[in-house]
Amino acid sequence: MDIHEYQAKEILADYGIKLADGGLAHTVEEAVQRSREIGGNAWVVKAQIHSGARGKAGGVKLCRSHEEIESVAETLLGKRLVTHQTGPAGKLCTRLYIEAGTDIAKEIYLALMIDRSHERVIIVGSAQGGMDIETLAATNPDAIKKIYIEPAVGLQDFQARKMAFALGLNGELLNVTVKMIKGCYRALRDNDANILEINPLVVTQNGELIALDAKMSFDENALFRRHRISELRDNTQIDPREVAAAEAGLSYVGLDGDIGCMINGAGLAMATMDMIKLAGGEPANFLDVGGGASAERTEKAFRLVLADQGVKAMLVNIFAGINRCDWIAEGVVQAVRNIGMTLPLVVRLSGTNVEEGRRIIADSGLPIITAETLAEAAEKVVAARNQVVAG
Amino acid sequence: MAILINKQTRIIVQGFTGRIGTFHAQEMIDYGSNVVGGVTPGKGGQKHLGLPVFNTVKEAVEQVGAEASIVFVPPAFAADSLMEAADAGIKYCVSVTDGIPTQDMMTVKNFLRRFAPENRMMLTGPNCSGTISPGRAMLGIMPGHIYARGVVGVVGRSGTLGYEAADQMRRLNIGISTSVGIGGDPIIGSSHRDVLEKLEQDSETKVALMIGEIGGPMEVEAGLFAKEHMRKPLVAYIAGLTAPPGRRMGHAGAIISSAGESAAEKVERLQDMGVTICPNPSLMGQTVAEVLRKAQ
Repeated sequence: MDIHEYQAKEILADYGIKLADGGLAHTVEEAVQRSREIGGNAWVVKAQIHSGARGKAGGVKLCRSHEEIESVAETLLGKRLVTHQTGPAGKLCTRLYIEAGTDIAKEIYLALMIDRSHERVIIVGSAQGGMDIETLAATNPDAIKKIYIEPAVGLQDFQARKMAFALGLNGELLNVTVKMIKGCYRALRDNDANILEINPLVVTQNGELIALDAKMSFDENALFRRHRISELRDNTQIDPREVAAAEAGLSYVGLDGDIGCMINGAGLAMATMDMIKLAGGEPANFLDVGGGASAERTEKAFRLVLADQGVKAMLVNIFAGINRCDWIAEGVVQAVRNIGMTLPLVVRLSGTNVEEGRRIIADSGLPIITAETLAEAAEKVVAARNQVVAG
Repeated sequence: MAILINKQTRIIVQGFTGRIGTFHAQEMIDYGSNVVGGVTPGKGGQKHLGLPVFNTVKEAVEQVGAEASIVFVPPAFAADSLMEAADAGIKYCVSVTDGIPTQDMMTVKNFLRRFAPENRMMLTGPNCSGTISPGRAMLGIMPGHIYARGVVGVVGRSGTLGYEAADQMRRLNIGISTSVGIGGDPIIGSSHRDVLEKLEQDSETKVALMIGEIGGPMEVEAGLFAKEHMRKPLVAYIAGLTAPPGRRMGHAGAIISSAGESAAEKVERLQDMGVTICPNPSLMGQTVAEVLRKAQ
């Protein structure tokens, strides 16, 4: 689960990490008010959306007067910002973070994350901050320092010092940096974060070490024990189809195509989407209904898929293991009737009681297209979609 | 021979008396697995499904000689159950539970590493469908009847995609020696490579099928192992060609977060290593059939 920059900074502040003065604003008036409270004569107005690369999208602006803040806030609030991470729909900006302008002497990259292959927390740092770390990894991998943390004992001071030296933070800044890195480690560990990225971490002209940006993302599986974190969820930043799916307890990812899918199992769902693509179509979504797939759940899943106005045809692919194809067929027939579905529907059932399931579909009298294999199902749904589009 | 489990393997169920544990324990018994009891703390001394219930895994090991365990304990408590099994001397453990926090799995893996390799419990999962040696034993939640016995060893992250593969093979009269689900989470007990090592040693297995997906470096590591250490042919299918970067596709671990983690990149690397790629999921059975024909 992602959170906003200002929320990540609130967490970091609790762990002793220094930040520039700042405040949150939901309106233009609040934005100006925050800048007055902060004082000084330069402020940065930052759009709060769940995405990096906000600067390039015009979401981060340096302002030198209250009038300027007013006009920037007016442009940003209520606007959808498109970055290379948001997709073409962009993300809605409903909150601004107003921060005191900082005189930067040095920019640094620092991130902590769970490294899957080493099964440890890794600290990644580079003295070349402000840059996209993936670009840096590709162009100058030697400029990146990595330190792995032994889970049983946690981060040690000598490791934090090693990172500080690699970042060129020596002398008076050494102890400050060690304290800061240790604070970051605790913030990650104590809150079940998957990633904590500070880009850039800056040394100011006054010699202070400040986290100028902050990104945190959390392990969904651990939210049950992190109530403070789960309250930070912002549904305006999530595809509304996915919000509805989460409420129905379904695993759904919205995509850009027009063939709706309902499948049981994440792997089979991905494989089915691949088959649609190979057959010349584009999936509108990933949807795993899970093992249960009761009639009620099936109908919820149908409604969710069909709520997407772009969907032109739908494919159901169920491998009944513990489940039975006849139960699933009954659920599908009931869902189609209850919803009054008019779009073409292709159903492929496999596994336990498959003949019984196919008979129920055939006897329903509904115009449901059936398929035996994955390949056949994909071809039929793409053909059906093409017919709809051709009118 | 099969790997990990056979007809004699003495199995216990952790989370035995719960609704899900009860249902799947009965399924495993019906399949013919040698289930010798289960563990539910606080219910020790009772009988459930005609079998003894123990308070601790240690008691189950001492009293009924438990060797393998399957864990249906809810996510918040599952890591503890896995470590208890390892401590009690269980040799092989399947964690079905979906939703265990990543940091808990880091702790479990760290705990397991403290044992000398010869005393270390093998763990598969979490978030997996289990392991089956068709015709002999099932330690999982899969529909046992779709698996025919034969010479193909299977390892995969996904449950239903593994069923699909088993079903396609059975229709072509191809059977399976052992099929192992390793789970869809970012940090799991055993990797594709760990299972391939066992399949390479297994006298019954002639060909291995790996069912992978987007996210993480595991499939490529397995490909490297196959290239350098395997005499048996390896067939692979990688799901998630259409998955956009940065999005989690159902499995907690199925996310493209850095270079090399997309399906296309994995397929390319595996091809370079001489792995036979199954171009689409409808052809898993046929691709295995062709490789088998050439191998014989």
